[in-house]
Amino acid sequence: MWAEVKIGKRDVACRREESGVEMGTESRPGGAAVGAVTEEQLRQALLERYTPRMYEKISRGAAAIAGLGGLGSHIAVMLARAGVGHLFLVDSDRVEITNLNRQAYDITHLGQPKTEALAGILRKINPYIKAEARNITVTEKNAQGLFGEYPILCEAFDRPEQKAMLVNAVLQGCPHTVVISGCGMAGYGSANRIVTQKKMGRLYVAGDGETELGPDTCLMASRVMVCAAHQANMAIRLLLGEEKP
Amino acid sequence: MTINGEEKTLAGNLPLSELLQQEGFHIERVAVERNGEIVPKEAYGSVFLSEADKLEVVSFVGGG
Repeated sequence: MWAEVKIGKRDVACRREESGVEMGTESRPGGAAVGAVTEEQLRQALLERYTPRMYEKISRGAAAIAGLGGLGSHIAVMLARAGVGHLFLVDSDRVEITNLNRQAYDITHLGQPKTEALAGILRKINPYIKAEARNITVTEKNAQGLFGEYPILCEAFDRPEQKAMLVNAVLQGCPHTVVISGCGMAGYGSANRIVTQKKMGRLYVAGDGETELGPDTCLMASRVMVCAAHQANMAIRLLLGEEKP
Repeated sequence: MTINGEEKTLAGNLPLSELLQQEGFHIERVAVERNGEIVPKEAYGSVFLSEADKLEVVSFVGGG
């Protein structure tokens, strides 16, 4: 199964014995083994929902995701379910217990690099997805090399300075990359305030634009996932040729 | 000039960095497009603004 999946050559070893994630072929009550579904079956299942044109565009699409926390882990899951053919996952953190309130991971992932844990989750959704993962800290210097070849980058970092650094670096250094950023999704304010806006020529921003994590504000799965869904939806719209937010 | 769609009158010949501070932005948390072009952060001190300029300032907040 792993042979079908390209996982970062150097930085992440997503081998079964190291990951601790059961990727197995063993059957489970009420479920199917991951390997029991063929690539063609998954393709046909998507074609039942999509027009052939949609399927072509989405399955040939590629997107990078920087930051695999509350936003990025859910964006990746949504894009994988949608059938985006190639995902590039970047984060340098490991899964912690405080992540479980809003991120896509579960208890079996605690202590694993997020890249590895998320690649495992995606592979249970679609064992044939081309997911490349890099366990690396994104900097102003390496951003261009990491993301320059991707038409879409979902910015899903946590700290505002990191978000600004990445957006600036990519808009300056990667002329073919459109950035979809998450900005303002903390707290439990109305989900209706979270919107997608096109702010610049190659920058879309999803969020309420102002509610940040602070001493009196928490991050809730529900609101973070609304924002992640906005970002994932914009990515899919772009893959399908729709540029309006 | 225009900042995020709002008309503003420039108080003299200002560099971008000073205008951002006056407007209450944290320089480390923003991305700025001037007349459709992203402004590199290292140029914030040397880009002087004119009344004809259109700025789009995106200010990022924490959480993700």
